[in-house]
Amino acid sequence: MFRVLSFAKYPTGVCMLDVLRINLCSPLTLSFALGVFARLVRSELSLPRDLYTALSIYLLFALGLKGGVELSHSSLAAISGPALVTILLGCLTPVSAYLVLRKMGRFSIADSAGIAAHYGSVSAVTFIAAQQFTASVGAPAEGFMPTLLTLLEIPGIQIALAIGAFQMSAAAKANPDGTGQVARPVREIMHELLTSRSMMLLVGGLIIGTAVGESGWKPVQPVFEGLFKGLLTIFLLEMGLAAGNRLGDLKQAGLFLLGFGILMPIVHGTVGAYLGSLAGLSVGGCTVLAAMAASASYIAAPPAVRMTLPEANPTFYLTAALAITFPFNLIAGIPIYYEISKRFCS
Amino acid sequence: MKTVPLCLLTIVAEAILKERLIADVRSAGAKGYTVTEAEGEGIRQRRVGEILGSNIRLETIVSPEVADRLLKLISVEYFERYAVIAYLSTVSVIRGEKYV
Repeated sequence: MFRVLSFAKYPTGVCMLDVLRINLCSPLTLSFALGVFARLVRSELSLPRDLYTALSIYLLFALGLKGGVELSHSSLAAISGPALVTILLGCLTPVSAYLVLRKMGRFSIADSAGIAAHYGSVSAVTFIAAQQFTASVGAPAEGFMPTLLTLLEIPGIQIALAIGAFQMSAAAKANPDGTGQVARPVREIMHELLTSRSMMLLVGGLIIGTAVGESGWKPVQPVFEGLFKGLLTIFLLEMGLAAGNRLGDLKQAGLFLLGFGILMPIVHGTVGAYLGSLAGLSVGGCTVLAAMAASASYIAAPPAVRMTLPEANPTFYLTAALAITFPFNLIAGIPIYYEISKRFCS
Repeated sequence: MKTVPLCLLTIVAEAILKERLIADVRSAGAKGYTVTEAEGEGIRQRRVGEILGSNIRLETIVSPEVADRLLKLISVEYFERYAVIAYLSTVSVIRGEKYV
């Protein structure tokens, strides 16, 4: 079973409050909170940009490698069901997010599509946090979960951007006073997404990990597994600082987006847990899949949206993804998805 | 030493536009360019990137015709939707033929 690392081991059958407490007292949540606190008190604390880049490369590569090693033990039959429901989730979540934002929130087409692209894609850090959590409560997720992470990363962004592009061009035809800027070719956008850093490291890591197997993994394990939790803790500090930077924008984002950033993940997480249970995933696997479906990307999606839908206001999508949904998932969402998954799987 | 007056076009833009701007500068006929990271704030405050983004400063020394072509292109393609500024200054260079 895939357990990158575990906190103190807790027996299964702990109650919801215990689960929340375990989650709140994890070094990940606390270092994130420290980052937010540092911003709130206007501390000079900041991490060098290069350290952030280096840490994100390390985390994604480690995730891919370890996932690849675990994948080398998995059969095609075991992974095909979960892979299918993951792709289905990747198609569903951007559409549901778009419809809620456009119809209920009355956001513009560009803003709705821009935010939907973030909620259709996945946050790798939320994924890792969910994996840590399931391991800590004694229900580790299946080893092939990082493969599902790569499957979920792209379609959500693409579908939301496509909705945005189609709707905008329809609106432009109806109202010919538009500026008439030429849309960027799909091929260019796809190239950017498929050759992005996170895809290269995750997919590359998965392939290398599968190719080298357990024996090849052993010599590099101290670096990619031993240091993982400590470096992830530093990364969460940076995430906290970034989220803290966005807190000031909450007012501009408005109450609807605040509610959306909390309720939409719960809906997506519930659907994810249900589909995971249908595909035969364990409680841990369902929890991680739910957290993936519930999470909002803030690494791959923002540049893609900025390039393709520049009319979308970054304050909305960055604040929702980074300052609302990410902390919610980290603190309360993941334990909630665990409880929901237990019901579906029992 | 004999110098030649040429245009220095400076573009300060959000970092995600780097590749597109370089391609534009190249296709407009510039022989070279320099890109540096930049920090700052404008009226848009719209930065997206690692995690909250940064800016770049792209400088290129070109003939007045190329500078004009580039300014027109930037005005149409970028000004309205992205955080971008561009300005021209006259510089004196030696080996003027290197740039045009």
